[in-house]
Amino acid sequence: MSTSTSSSGRGGRFVRRIADRLHHTETATGDVWDAIQLARHQDRPYPLDYIARLMPEFEELHGDRLKGDDPAIVAGIGRYHGAPLAVIGQQKGRDAQDRAYRNFGMSSPEGYRKGMRLMDMCERLNIPLVTLIDTPGAFPGADAEERGQGGAIARSMMMMLRLRVPTVAVIIGEGSSGGALALGVADRVVMLENATYSVISPEGASAILWRDAGKAKLAAAAFKPTAANCYRWGVADAVVPEPEGGAHVEHDEAARLLDGYLSRTIRELQALPQAERRRQRRERFRRLGAVREVTGT
Amino acid sequence: MTARQRLDHLADDGTWQEIAGELRASDPLRFVDLQPYTERVRSAEAKGATEAITSASLAIQGQPCLVAAMDFGFLGGSMGSVVGERFARAAEEAVAQGVPLISITASGGARMQEGVLALMQMAKTIVALDELGDAGLPFVMVLAHPTTGGVWASFASLGDVTYAEPGALIAFSGPRVIEQTTREKLPADFGMAERQLEHGHVDAVVDRRELPARLGHLLAIFARPPHDEAQSLASQLAQNGSERAARVAQALPGLSRRLRGRPGAEDLDPHPADDA
Repeated sequence: MSTSTSSSGRGGRFVRRIADRLHHTETATGDVWDAIQLARHQDRPYPLDYIARLMPEFEELHGDRLKGDDPAIVAGIGRYHGAPLAVIGQQKGRDAQDRAYRNFGMSSPEGYRKGMRLMDMCERLNIPLVTLIDTPGAFPGADAEERGQGGAIARSMMMMLRLRVPTVAVIIGEGSSGGALALGVADRVVMLENATYSVISPEGASAILWRDAGKAKLAAAAFKPTAANCYRWGVADAVVPEPEGGAHVEHDEAARLLDGYLSRTIRELQALPQAERRRQRRERFRRLGAVREVTGT
Repeated sequence: MTARQRLDHLADDGTWQEIAGELRASDPLRFVDLQPYTERVRSAEAKGATEAITSASLAIQGQPCLVAAMDFGFLGGSMGSVVGERFARAAEEAVAQGVPLISITASGGARMQEGVLALMQMAKTIVALDELGDAGLPFVMVLAHPTTGGVWASFASLGDVTYAEPGALIAFSGPRVIEQTTREKLPADFGMAERQLEHGHVDAVVDRRELPARLGHLLAIFARPPHDEAQSLASQLAQNGSERAARVAQALPGLSRRLRGRPGAEDLDPHPADDA
């Protein structure tokens, strides 16, 4: 059996310390569940909270130029350390009204197409792209299906994979299913310390695998979707620390810690030749997985 | 229909060469739900298939190609690491041979028991298709019942040409999930191939029995003229004016078929190459 892992190289020492600190808790059910609660904390910073702190001149753009605008995905451009940067983020709401407006962070095809519209601009104008991922999954609705939810996710992945500009994907909260990965095919994939990344939400898995909506904790323990584990599996290149107690405790500090990683990483990526960046990005996603080889059959 | 039956049905003389058949599922999460994942895999393997996809090199009506066919009978056709890897190997072998890739899907989506590594297979199939595209080779999709979740939201949505079998359910979220989440009452034909055709997500609804003929026809359209013809035509392009060059280029597929003496080539040729 071969399980692939990787690390981001420079800057990895600090990150690895975090991973090591979390490593021993990987299978403890309670700790995994705690991480999931922190990842979903209603006071946790969302993309617009980070953007307000890191890119005060941000210009939000709206609409996919085909059908509509998806409030569950925010997208735009701003100045970041003296240069233009594009951001696509999955935005949840904080109070009841805002949550409904943001559709609980569940993206629609229009959201992914708005993202692709921005990616196209990045490509032409040579602007790096950062995605901020936080979703329980893409919106499951008959309308979304008719408007091509599956194809929108697939095409968003393909477009991200092919970008010539540097790209960084940050799982800032809950990264669930293809709805998250649609924005996650980047040069570097990084998770905040209390973020989670999984094939499905624990509630979804509970209903499907245990045929019982009440087994979410059990499902969470089985998936072990913590940042530390994703780092070990090579799914995340780095883990960015959060303020003591979690990102929700201190938004300014959470943004500062993310800024440290992002600014350094974008610089590193810009130093690579374009073709090399794309080659490494392909290679990164090509090797992920765990298979056995049998002989003599 | 199993993947093997699919391949037998499509391949000329029923002969095909499997690739990456030595790959088997592993259990990176040591996953247990109502049953350990390893046991689920063992009982699926006991039924005969080695995984939920079989990749093979074959010819359909004389057209060489790679086919990655899924098997719903193996853990619901779910996409874990082996499915992603075998699909990628099929695409890479297609690039090595310079032939098109066809995939036939029947899948409930990502294999949950492999956790986030199963999710990553979606991206892996995208990488494989990107390489196929860079090599200028077509990707043909056949959506069988059902094609849902992470399979529909990755390679299955990216066919250059996409056929669907009659009545196949094609959806990112299944009807049950949608009804539970949104309390919508779905129409009986929700996500069905025929409806997907109406909504512009597939090119045609094709009966299984017609697949060998339809795919053979399609691959013949995509077929490139042999290398030496391409060479001479390229030098013509360079020497002659652009108008004539354009006519030659238009006539190319028909010319190529005729040169290789395929039966029925004249009927298929939309641009008779009189002056080429």
